Amino acid sequence: MNIADLTALSPFIVLTITPVVVMLAISFYRCHELTVILTLLGLVLAVASLPSAARHIPREVTPLLIIDGFALYYLGLILTAAIIVSALSYSYVNIHAGHREEFYLLLLLATLGCAVLTAASHFASLFLGVEILSVSLYALIAYLRHNERSVEAGVKYLILAAVSSAFILFGMALVYAETGSLAFNRTGIPISSVDLHPVSLTAGFALIIAGLGFKLAVVPFHMWTPDVYEGAPAPVSAFIATASKGAVFAVVLRYFSLKDIHGQSAQFLIFTSTAIASMFFGNLLALLQNNVKRILAYSSISHLGYLLITLLAVGSMAGTAAAFYLTAYFITTLGAFGVVTVLSKEDRDADGLDDYRGLAWKHPWLAAVFTAMLFSLAGIPLTAGFVGKFYIAAAGVGSHLWLLTAVLVINSAIGLYYYLRIIVVLFTRSETASDGPSLSFSGSSALAILAFLLISLGIYPGPVIDLIRKAMTF
Amino acid sequence: MILIWLLIIPLLGGLAAWFLGSKNTDRARWISLAALGLDTVLLFRLWSSEHARNALDHGAWLGELNKPWIPQLGVGLHLAVDGLSLMLIALTLFLGIVSVICSWTEVRERVGFFHFNLMLILSGILGVFMTLDLFLFYFFWELMLIPMYFLINIWGHENRVYASLKFFIFTQAGGLLMLLSILGLYFVHGRDTGFYTFDYSLLMGTTMSPAVAMWIMLGFFIAFIVKLPAVPFHAWLPDAHTEAPTAGSVILAGLLLKTGAYGLIRFVLPLFSAAAAVIAPAAMILAVIGIIYGAVLAFGQTDLKRLVAYTSVSHMGFVLLGIFAGNAASLSGAIFQMIAHGVSTGALFILVGMIQERIHTREMNNMGGFWSHAPRLSGVGLVFALASLGLPGFGNFVAEFLILLGAYRVNIAVAAFAASGLVLAAIYSLRIVQRVFHGKIHSTMKLADLSLRETGMMAIMILVILWLGMNPQPVLNITGPALHTIECCAPHHNPAPMERDVK
Repeated sequence: MNIADLTALSPFIVLTITPVVVMLAISFYRCHELTVILTLLGLVLAVASLPSAARHIPREVTPLLIIDGFALYYLGLILTAAIIVSALSYSYVNIHAGHREEFYLLLLLATLGCAVLTAASHFASLFLGVEILSVSLYALIAYLRHNERSVEAGVKYLILAAVSSAFILFGMALVYAETGSLAFNRTGIPISSVDLHPVSLTAGFALIIAGLGFKLAVVPFHMWTPDVYEGAPAPVSAFIATASKGAVFAVVLRYFSLKDIHGQSAQFLIFTSTAIASMFFGNLLALLQNNVKRILAYSSISHLGYLLITLLAVGSMAGTAAAFYLTAYFITTLGAFGVVTVLSKEDRDADGLDDYRGLAWKHPWLAAVFTAMLFSLAGIPLTAGFVGKFYIAAAGVGSHLWLLTAVLVINSAIGLYYYLRIIVVLFTRSETASDGPSLSFSGSSALAILAFLLISLGIYPGPVIDLIRKAMTF
Repeated sequence: MILIWLLIIPLLGGLAAWFLGSKNTDRARWISLAALGLDTVLLFRLWSSEHARNALDHGAWLGELNKPWIPQLGVGLHLAVDGLSLMLIALTLFLGIVSVICSWTEVRERVGFFHFNLMLILSGILGVFMTLDLFLFYFFWELMLIPMYFLINIWGHENRVYASLKFFIFTQAGGLLMLLSILGLYFVHGRDTGFYTFDYSLLMGTTMSPAVAMWIMLGFFIAFIVKLPAVPFHAWLPDAHTEAPTAGSVILAGLLLKTGAYGLIRFVLPLFSAAAAVIAPAAMILAVIGIIYGAVLAFGQTDLKRLVAYTSVSHMGFVLLGIFAGNAASLSGAIFQMIAHGVSTGALFILVGMIQERIHTREMNNMGGFWSHAPRLSGVGLVFALASLGLPGFGNFVAEFLILLGAYRVNIAVAAFAASGLVLAAIYSLRIVQRVFHGKIHSTMKLADLSLRETGMMAIMILVILWLGMNPQPVLNITGPALHTIECCAPHHNPAPMERDVK
């Protein structure tokens, strides 16, 4: 391993050192503010080391990790999400009793897991990433350990994530038995010839898809999502919905883009039906919910369905569409959960629709941000979600995926209904015109940044598209 | 650059009205008026320049702006104005000013935010009328929905939540179909030429197989006739119009419906002339059904505002008929109808708004004998009821006459059925006059007559509709050359005898 390798790895190294530093700091001096500052510092340093790492790409560092433009772009996205989540968490964790500092430790470890996934080029690193992520999330979800819902959600996630890890492991074993290699690019057997291969290889792929499908929360592996989103602390839900899903999607994209999954292959059919089912189930079930966190959970299921279209589309546009849509989805979802976070009180999260009644007249700015986020989720112009959805539809039409694109369009119309339902509640004339609680500085500044990004990506997406294209060519 | 300012000024005005007007409500109204006034001045400057005079005569662009926006996708900031756009922009600004004035006393809550939404809709509509880039067109098309949704949802009447949702989902679903078609066209053109672009003038020459052209055209067609609305897709309109505040109804009826007609004229006819010719008979039948069905339902209403809403369905049927009859007379008539209907129906909605503001009901059974208390209000009502029934001398007559003339050359039966719409219009219009302004005095409350502000506003609207009716030639001269390019691709193009009718 030489200097160039180390430089390329520097974001990962910073991300590994930070939890250690934070842990030591906590053991010597327990102070919430200091922990937050150290966490943010570590994450910002990791982001700052991205440009220098970018000078040495593409580079295979050990057989386990490949540092390329793709990895660095998704890594940057995840680090930014982690920064926003930490900023949002500060006031949220502060109002809850108990030890506060370990929250950030777990958050950093989960981010590290995500980071490994973006660069994984080997089944071993994939599994390491998934496990680091999952184990940190068990504890994060159940962090409010006096809250029954939180603990229930934690246990639920623990069991299902453990099962899905077992699926992935078994799938990896089957694939290894047939191909004799754990590296992604060697197991990349063209699926068109899958009939020539023994059943065990197909079974292995299916098991891996099932295991990763749990993490992505696509139908039919989505059952845990609403319960966990509802029970977990709001900033943790934000992290699961964005960083965790984004990282797993990145690894799925990398793994399956090495294979030809088009035509009438089994994988193509599996992904097509999963995508269609996710779009429909996510949107239709969201119609029945009255809990904002659950609505956002179902909406995120449908958004992953939209994203799967980019996996099936061919050409350079598909990769750009995936990265752009994920960027827009990160901003939007973080913003939406951010609003839930800053409104949450000590005893419970602000997740009932009633908590938002007349918000527009109590906290006009907060309501404006939330409205913008919901419009972005629905794909309305002036927001990043619009350009993202346009891009996905373009990628779908460009690859002749007419069925999937038509389903996307139908679901966009269905989805509008429940997003608008929340907006209606926000703008209901409220009798009790009392001012809501004052908002924390860190939370509102994070939301302001997200809103700014949302609008600027919606109006002038050119520079980001350029960045993505440049990253994807390496 | 003047084009982009036309778009931005209402937007800035709206923002200023929101921020500066949150405490002082009159300030928000004055700021909005000033912004629209400034826009009107800009429009006249554009209109009166030497270049514009020449361009108008030749059906060329008066002004054009073409800058890259998202070059990676082939999206450009391409704005241009010809005679057709010019008239519709003028209508937009006129009705924009009218809607600010007519809500002066009606809207009392959250006035700043109200004006922000109003100005944002106007910006979106102006964008739709100006843009020559399909991505940008879709952008503006969607942009005008959200503030309209808020306008109905926050300042609307009793059933506003249901109405706003229905409006939004109908038009959004139509819009998404259009998005698919836009993308289809983009890729067909891109594959053909290797050059991916959303630019209208470049997409114009795309060669497509008839089947592909038909599918792509249908996406546009459905999106536009949902907005128009034509009969099977009209369900959103009565609710949205009835529940919206007066300014919202004026903009909905006067402008939003016109964006659908504009889309048909600007995009469907020139881009897919062959496919449009195939569906022209079906579209004309839909139009006739709309004319008669809208009129019959209008007759059956007791809610005055709902009645006026159904008359819109009937009148917009004429527009659809004119567009798909597709000759010079009928197309000129369709555009004339867009303008005349915008003014006359806008005025009727304002009248209903004034009545509701005074007696707090729209139920015609609770009205009657208004003439004795409020002669000015009733007189204005009579004028616009007559305009709406297509009495000669008013703009609507010219429009419907031209449309019927054009349709007659294409299909006599269709023209005959459509003409029965005029009879039905007379019935429902006179029913309004009889039930509301004449008859037994029903309301025990004394009805206040029009204030100075209201009288002035209505006087100007009467002048405009009379001017359109008495002297239609200037408007026809402006839109005529712009239509030439479109006529050539229209389904029933038959140039020789038509020229005389218009000129």
